[in-house]
Amino acid sequence: MPVVDLAVSSKRDLNAALHALPANTNETHWHIANPDGAHALAAGVDAPVTIEIDGHAGYYCAGMNSQATIVVNGNVGVGVAENMMSGRVHVKGDASQAAGATAHGGLLVIDGNASARCGISMKGVDIVVKGSIGPMSAFMAQAGNLVVLGDAGEALGDSLYETRIFVRGAVKSLGADCIEKDLRPEHEEILAKLLHEAGVEGVSPTEFRRYGSARGLYNFHVDNASAY
Amino acid sequence: MDNSHIPQTLPRFSATFDPHTLAEIRRAAATGIYDIRGGGTKRALPHFDDLLFLGASVSRYPLEGYREKCATDVWLGTRFAKKPIHLKTPITIAGMSFGALSAQAKEALGRGATIAGTSTTTGDGGMTPEERGQSQTLVYQYLPSRYGMNPADIRKADAIEVVIGQGAKPGGGGMLLGQKISDRVAAMRTLPKGIDQRSACRHPDWTGPDDLEIKIEELREITDWEKPIYVKVGATRPYYDVALAVKSGADVVVLDGMQGGTAATQDVFIEHVGIPILAAIRPAVQALQDLGMHRKVQLIVSGGIRNGADVAKALALGADAVAIGTAALVALGDNDPHLEAEYNALGTTAGAYDDWHEGRDPAGITTQDPVLAARLDPVAAGRRLANYLAVLTLEAQTIARACGKRHLHNLEPEDLVALTIEAAAMARVPLAGTNWIPGQQF
Ligand SMILES: Cc1cc2nc3c(=O)[nH]c(=O)nc-3n(C[C@H](O)[C@H](O)[C@H](O)COP(=O)(O)O)c2cc1C
Repeated sequence: MPVVDLAVSSKRDLNAALHALPANTNETHWHIANPDGAHALAAGVDAPVTIEIDGHAGYYCAGMNSQATIVVNGNVGVGVAENMMSGRVHVKGDASQAAGATAHGGLLVIDGNASARCGISMKGVDIVVKGSIGPMSAFMAQAGNLVVLGDAGEALGDSLYETRIFVRGAVKSLGADCIEKDLRPEHEEILAKLLHEAGVEGVSPTEFRRYGSARGLYNFHVDNASAY
Repeated sequence: MDNSHIPQTLPRFSATFDPHTLAEIRRAAATGIYDIRGGGTKRALPHFDDLLFLGASVSRYPLEGYREKCATDVWLGTRFAKKPIHLKTPITIAGMSFGALSAQAKEALGRGATIAGTSTTTGDGGMTPEERGQSQTLVYQYLPSRYGMNPADIRKADAIEVVIGQGAKPGGGGMLLGQKISDRVAAMRTLPKGIDQRSACRHPDWTGPDDLEIKIEELREITDWEKPIYVKVGATRPYYDVALAVKSGADVVVLDGMQGGTAATQDVFIEHVGIPILAAIRPAVQALQDLGMHRKVQLIVSGGIRNGADVAKALALGADAVAIGTAALVALGDNDPHLEAEYNALGTTAGAYDDWHEGRDPAGITTQDPVLAARLDPVAAGRRLANYLAVLTLEAQTIARACGKRHLHNLEPEDLVALTIEAAAMARVPLAGTNWIPGQQF
């Protein structure tokens, strides 16, 4: 089990080693000590390994992740798991802005809160936030599911495309073209699966409300001009 | 009374309310929507035509046109990238998206550029196999929408271009209207078919130069510091934008003037936001020089480049390379007079067709209609582009030799004079026949 202490070795060497891992590597569980808020930690990994970061990470932790399971035993800065393709990123603390931005796949779990623009332009990722999310979350979100156990800030789902948003707590306000929709059995199924995968117990899918796109801005119309 | 002998006042159009303006007022009143179109600015602007080369004379001697070498190659990305790019000619193909352009057009751009020994650039919408397959050197754009963005394609790219703005619409996002969203385009962008695709104007996960620096660091980490990273800006405040791009860690700055083409933007944006490339190059070069980075961070300029003289002038003002969009499309066959009847049917005429966003391009270039797109033969069109690029290069060499230069990069502002006071002030070269550079104190 490789342990990389960033107090003595460099982030560049760490990321280079992670990128060089072959698909069948037997170095499958990495520990990173003393991350000290460094940026782009474990960014661009493309191997089925587990990487545990023991401490706080800076911007773009696990950026563009493919296949890997990345666990942060701390908080993360802006853009955790941005543009993730697959795999799993689990933040045990809080996340800053733009968590899971533009991510295409995989699962992002945040045990604490996520700041503004959580899930912005998400393109297929599933995001589960156990705390609350900040304003302008899921702005222009295209696909995937955003699940929030706490509250959501202002302008949730502004200019939303096809992402499904599930919020258990209060929503401060909905953004342009985002509306509440019925929570049907197929949505409860999706929720149950994601809650299970995120390790949430004792919470029923029926406690959530679903929000989605009214699809009113999908084709430009002059009478909608004030919404743009 | 017979007044026929009295001279009549001729009908006179207002210069302010000219026929085009009147038609636009009526169109707006009838539809309630602004005009969206492709292409660049259509009105006359101070441009490279307002500059002249002095050539050799008694005090300078020229190179022999047919015998003495005038090199044209350029290195891009030498600051940080482990694998900088080496091009045979400093004329690159600008980023134009698959979606805006047909797959055939993208392939043709790749073929032509590869024959000429230069690079092509992806665009909003991601990388297509056609383009990667045919482009020896491919620059991968990193845009606010991140449509189609994925690490596998980043690794396949030869360089990454972080797009902050475009000359046609600095501060604006993008738009691909529903008519052009085929199944393939929709799938690449993870969006439903047939809806208007808005591209955001700001990046989703960073704002400002301090964040940009961290974003560039991330892209370098992901690509193991191999690939050059470009930053593209629309020309607005070039001195500060270039300085901040350098500070953020760019290897290459791409500066696009207001004449630069677009696939679909509001006409009011195209014609009224940003500054001409002529006015932008000197402040950009000044920023590089002030930071000791001229020629270390390379500068690529674009916006209305048409011929080898434009190329030579851009380089003489201090750019390392240029990029072309519109001219490359024309070389492929855009707006060709042989399609006049079809342009007429669309209510326009060859040379003026700019409804590129509607996807009905009879030349098969700015369309996703399979029947129209199939009209463009990527091999023949690529050959035309290669020929055109060869002419641009030869023309630039012709001028450089006449100025006594062994390399295009040896051209300098001292080789130029201006025809107008505006151009003299913007390009910071003397008005022809004088030693007066407006705005400079002696
Ligand atoms: C059809 C078309 C599509 C374009 N798409 C993009 C794009 O996706 N991203 C981008 O940065 N610029 C885009 N541009 C702008 C070009 O990269 C370039 O800045 C411009 O065309 C240069 O000016 P020129 O057309 O006068 O040569 C596009 C331009 C055209 C004509």
